[in-house]
Amino acid sequence: MTSVYDSLFLHTVARAIVPIIQVFAFYIITHGHYSPGGGFQGGVMLAASIILLRISLGEESYGRFPRNAGIVLAGTGALCFAFLGFVPLFLGGSFMDYGLELFWLPSATAHYWGIFLAEVFIGLLVWGSLMAIYDALATGGEE
Amino acid sequence: MVERGGLLRLVSFVLVAFLGAALVWGATGLPQRGDPLAPAAVHQSVAVYYIERSYEETRTPNMVTAVLVDYRGFDTFGEALVVVVAALSCLLILPRRQSGLREGRNKEDRPARGAQ
Repeated sequence: MTSVYDSLFLHTVARAIVPIIQVFAFYIITHGHYSPGGGFQGGVMLAASIILLRISLGEESYGRFPRNAGIVLAGTGALCFAFLGFVPLFLGGSFMDYGLELFWLPSATAHYWGIFLAEVFIGLLVWGSLMAIYDALATGGEE
Repeated sequence: MVERGGLLRLVSFVLVAFLGAALVWGATGLPQRGDPLAPAAVHQSVAVYYIERSYEETRTPNMVTAVLVDYRGFDTFGEALVVVVAALSCLLILPRRQSGLREGRNKEDRPARGAQ
């Protein structure tokens, strides 16, 4: 980890801008149905917000998002995504075929929510992966 | 130990070279960009199908999202797993010195980088 600049401006701006980035990232993820964007882009923005905290605040930022949080998030996202794909398989359909008659939802609506959940899980996965990569690169070598 | 490392390195080099050659060989089989006789240009049933039916089948106005996550969801699943595998490889390849970092913060305590 590089040395943290003890600058009031840097800390204030980082603390102020990180929630805005995260809210916009959630917007990007959840609005993937209607506009360009989706899980990959929103996940990258979430990771960027955490990395901004890491760079500007240093050790303080590891309190809420510890070093192993990244890979835990990535694994959770990947497992949930796989499970989402397997749910229709267990119910008698094919992999990721959400439009089954077995669901109580209409086919198009089931597809809609399947897409939404998949985007959310992709967002988690990309967020965690990039955080894990940054933490491994930043703390694996010199402090 | 040195010999084993050298053999391992040779084997991995051969494997990587083989994989790279296979990828290049596969890429030569792709149609030229803008080829009017390419399969994707000749058989437009899939593209037309997506344009006509994606909204009523998935209730998603953004056709790209519908194709990416729903029609080609398995592809996206693999793509996302690649990202996780990249993160895992980073954690595996990079030296883990987290406990060492907490105990001794002196630079002399750590082995020099790149020492074989």
